[in-house]
Amino acid sequence: METPKVLLSGIPDYHKIDVYLQHGGYKEIRKALAMQPADVTGEVKKSGLRGRGGACFPTGLKWTFMPKGTDKPKYLVVNGDESEPGSFKDRQIFEFNPHQLIEGILITNYAMGIEAAYIYIRGEYHRWVDLLQKALDDAYEKGFVGEAMKKTFGKDFTTNIYIHKGAGAYICGEETSLMNSVEGRRGYPRFKPPFPAQNGLWGMPTTVNNVETIATVPQIMKMGGEAYSGIGAERHPGTLLFGVSGHVNKPGVYELPTGVLLTDIIYDICGGVKGDKKIKAVIPGGSSMPPLRGDEIEGVRMDEESLKPLGTHIGTGGIIVMDEDTDIIKITKRIAHFYHHESCGQCTPCREGTGWMEKILQRILDGNGSMADLDLLVSVCNNIEGNTICALGDAAAWPVRGFITKFRDEFEARVSKKREFTAPNIVHGRRQAAGSLVFER
Amino acid sequence: MDIVFSESELEKVEEIKSRYPELQAALMPVLWMAQKKFGWLSKEVMMYVAGLLDLSYAHVYGVATFYTMYFKKPMGKNHIQVCTNVSCMLGEGEMIFRHISEKLGINNNETTPDGLFSLEEVECMGACGGAPMIAINEDYYENVSIMMIDDKFDLLKQS
Ligand SMILES: Cc1cc2nc3c(=O)[nH]c(=O)nc-3n(C[C@H](O)[C@H](O)[C@H](O)COP(=O)(O)O)c2cc1C
Ligand code: SF4
Ligand code: FES
Repeated sequence: METPKVLLSGIPDYHKIDVYLQHGGYKEIRKALAMQPADVTGEVKKSGLRGRGGACFPTGLKWTFMPKGTDKPKYLVVNGDESEPGSFKDRQIFEFNPHQLIEGILITNYAMGIEAAYIYIRGEYHRWVDLLQKALDDAYEKGFVGEAMKKTFGKDFTTNIYIHKGAGAYICGEETSLMNSVEGRRGYPRFKPPFPAQNGLWGMPTTVNNVETIATVPQIMKMGGEAYSGIGAERHPGTLLFGVSGHVNKPGVYELPTGVLLTDIIYDICGGVKGDKKIKAVIPGGSSMPPLRGDEIEGVRMDEESLKPLGTHIGTGGIIVMDEDTDIIKITKRIAHFYHHESCGQCTPCREGTGWMEKILQRILDGNGSMADLDLLVSVCNNIEGNTICALGDAAAWPVRGFITKFRDEFEARVSKKREFTAPNIVHGRRQAAGSLVFER
Repeated sequence: MDIVFSESELEKVEEIKSRYPELQAALMPVLWMAQKKFGWLSKEVMMYVAGLLDLSYAHVYGVATFYTMYFKKPMGKNHIQVCTNVSCMLGEGEMIFRHISEKLGINNNETTPDGLFSLEEVECMGACGGAPMIAINEDYYENVSIMMIDDKFDLLKQS
């Protein structure tokens, strides 16, 4: 079967507005504007589109959470923070298909009656911010965005689009942290509930969607929700931008239907493993997703419903392949370091736990770990998971626990059997500073 | 240098303010502008930005310190960022970092005495398919090799 190209058409110069228009660009917003907003959302629901930012939440359903018939201004935030290690797909859209993203925003905003959208792009992507800004300026100039929409499309609907540039904080990819960042605050995640649809940007109803999610919307309008839902895996339909990195011959971003075999991606599309080595581990969807062991990848299909029973997730579709010579402990420690570094520090289990994990893993790496450290690590993971304000805690716990569980032998071989000193955390020492609670008479 | 924006920059600030329903939201973009113009965010710069946006210095300082890309100290002319996160680590990013560190004679988060280079080991920059990768100021260099780096750095030293 030929793979449908929904996001990366491969048409030369597609990022230029004239070329985009030649190929039917900005027709889908016209189509949408001729429909009732609720019917546009209905079409997205029918398509079965699920969010591409990591959590796979059904997009159409999310849109229905936005209150209707309110006078309050509503907002859309398009999440292009793209900071999860192993993910590098959204920048393909900024570079090669910016107008489809802009058109997607227009349709989305019409469906929910939104007056302004903010595209949040990570600060390091200076070049891609410029590329998207250029496309946006062109779209404004042609009257596709802003006040001029009324005249261009002959309908009483206008919406604005702005780019907001981040400044180097992984946590700002989390939707509530992102909203604080847009508001000009420190990017601390907020408690949920209230959810963004009730209480988002500046306290107003807000929807947050990933760049890839929104860029898909015009294609859903074009082919119809029904047809889109026929692409790829039944319960997680469509095409995904898979970003493949690590030990493969041809790393890169590939648009493929969901449900494609992981082995096909690695061996056919990416030209196999470098030096024809064997595969030790694969992270299927960005560094926060638990890994698959080399012996587990046969027959694995790349969609959320196929990965869930294997204890992992599709995440951002960032596939990291590691060959047989990879030092798993070193990789685990590097991942733990990342989450420790990026923890915003609001919740004790995350702030302290991520630090402990890194410390213990460093100890093991240095050859000073003990067998008990492995159980301690798992216990730290279990105590972080589910006990924090945002999902960064889980994102830190999952890979560490996943690697230890899947590569227990390798970890055990690295911890020394006879340790010369006792670890401070397995003995009891009376604290000098604390006074006794038993009073002497 | 006097810490003031030019006439046209102030116009830009006004345009930025108009994008948001609240003044405070203009803070991050204006801090970016200030950093570009003044090189880094000194106390004077932060006070100036606070004044422009009617915010307290404490708030501006709080925001500036939350985000790693706002410089809280002067930086070298060329800010070298080397990614050593997972994908880049698998692609020998650490070796690239060590090479640059030895070549420049500085460690992580240090600047060469001549002020030409600052070195920083960074987290994933969203270019994992091009591992190992580095960024010099605002530009990405992917699939780098020691040879490419040596050539590039020689050029930078001359310019
Ligand atoms: C720590 C953390 C980091 C995240 N980073 C991103 C990100 O970089 N990009 C993104 O789209 N979503 C990210 N998310 C998910 C967002 O919170 C949110 O679920 C998503 O943007 C919703 O869009 P979607 O429904 O279209 O997937 C992150 C979540 C967490 C907990
Ligand atoms: S889980 Fe971690 S990152 Fe998220 S709010 Fe708590 S401390 Fe911050
Ligand atoms: S791991 Fe280096 S750019 Fe992503």
